[in-house]
Amino acid sequence: MEHVLDIHPLVIALTIFVMAIFIGYYVVWSVTPALHTPLMSVTNAISSVIIVGALLAAAPMESSLAKILGGVAVGLASINIFGGFAVTQRMLQMYKRK
Amino acid sequence: MTANFAAILYLISGVCFIMALRGLSSPASARTGNMFGIAGMVIAIGTTLAQPGVEDYLWIIIGVAVGGVIGTVIALKIKMTAMPQLVAAFHSLVGLAAVLVAASALLAPDVFRIAVEGDIHLISRIELSIGMVIGAMTFTGSIVAFAKLQELMTGAPLVFAGQRLFNLLVALAIVALAIIFCFDQSPTIFWIMTALALVFGVLIIIPIGGADMPVVISMLNSYSGWAAAGIGFTLDNSVLIIVGALVGSSGAILSYIMCKGMNRSFISVILGGFGGEDNKMVKSDKPHKAGSADDGAFILSNAGSVIIVPGYGMAVAQAQHAVREMVAELNKKGVKVRYAIHPVAGRMPGHMNVLLAEANVPYDDVFELDEINSDFASTDVAFVIGANDVVNPVAKTDPQSAIAGMPILDVENAKTVLFVKRSLSPGYAGIDNPVFYNANTMMLFGDAKKMVEAIVKTL
Repeated sequence: MEHVLDIHPLVIALTIFVMAIFIGYYVVWSVTPALHTPLMSVTNAISSVIIVGALLAAAPMESSLAKILGGVAVGLASINIFGGFAVTQRMLQMYKRK
Repeated sequence: MTANFAAILYLISGVCFIMALRGLSSPASARTGNMFGIAGMVIAIGTTLAQPGVEDYLWIIIGVAVGGVIGTVIALKIKMTAMPQLVAAFHSLVGLAAVLVAASALLAPDVFRIAVEGDIHLISRIELSIGMVIGAMTFTGSIVAFAKLQELMTGAPLVFAGQRLFNLLVALAIVALAIIFCFDQSPTIFWIMTALALVFGVLIIIPIGGADMPVVISMLNSYSGWAAAGIGFTLDNSVLIIVGALVGSSGAILSYIMCKGMNRSFISVILGGFGGEDNKMVKSDKPHKAGSADDGAFILSNAGSVIIVPGYGMAVAQAQHAVREMVAELNKKGVKVRYAIHPVAGRMPGHMNVLLAEANVPYDDVFELDEINSDFASTDVAFVIGANDVVNPVAKTDPQSAIAGMPILDVENAKTVLFVKRSLSPGYAGIDNPVFYNANTMMLFGDAKKMVEAIVKTL
């Protein structure tokens, strides 16, 4: 596919980044202060989407140091993903109306 | 799967994460939000596993299984009072994962398609350095925060002569090494830079005192986001960039809210040295009125309206369930009871709300400082339990005090103030509280839990 404009991928990434900061700013200010602790635990869980990098590193056939590091990172990120979402769910279930 | 299709799936995943945060605008929508978060994660992982380079699933399955079991068990067992430590520990894992991914990318750049014949693109070298440095700082900084919160090390600020200059030199060295690495792609330089960043993470957290921990946790939350974004740039992965930006700004906003709750500037928190455990014990012999549980019960049951002001001391004494019982008894007698939460009532943002929710306090009875502060004047009884600095009017009257300008709950405006406390000792900030000696204040001396239980018996 021919690109009409020759834009470097970094510029596209930067565009996404800046827009997402703005979205984050407005969305987080709308979070009720009563839920700030679940906000921290869920951001913890979702920041572990860094697992996508770990998965790629752990995926090649040949063994290497890079692959070992990737495998460990998959494990660490998984602790966070499962732990983060589970503890968030546990907390949210405590919030009840009268 | 084509690259374009994968990119679209990552975009959907990113939108799910935005919805997850959006759900937290009210407790009613929050659980749906969490489901969106889980969906986003499943999509992101599934999409990655379908990439052409992914050939061997063994390590991945083992990693996810082991990590998943550990994470789930911890999440189900953890006490709500220990949430700050747990979050700090989780932050350190994000940091370490970022470090490992960055290291892996350096060792095998072809896997991540960031190099031509082993020669990593200049842009990718910069991105790798940023991701690695922030990840390493997050990792060790969070470990120190964890150790302080878990009381494995002293909560008092650790300061030494020339500390700021030393920290500045370490920071400059890291930047210099990063620049060298960008030119020659030397792994040795990269590892030295990583080691220094690990040390730097420790250095920036040790001078920060116990009282400022809510800011520190929020700040590390923010760092973990920026670390993820840094890796996202390296991998050119949109969902990782989106999440990094969301988490980074979330942590930054929470840090700001916590700073405002204590009227501390972010810079002065970072520079540290404030709020240790070594309270100056001010022996007070000023006249004050002390009462028994019977007196407290009598005043409470004759009140029309009560506002409870809980502090972290209540949670330490495990008194929240007893308080809930007391409120149930008062409600039976027709007394209107509400809770007033100061932004820094707990040890992390929103901590007190979770502790009350765990004790089955309905969230519509719980109010933030701004919502309820003007109501104290028309309230019969303010019941302060385990809190001190957050109701200290010195914050408004003495510009020289350590808590000057901190927003406080105006309990002294209530007709009667009941203050449950062990003694007249000052709080975290080491400042005497004039409310103790007011004519309309009655001190209920004793352990928070025992005192409330005694009140419940009398009611």
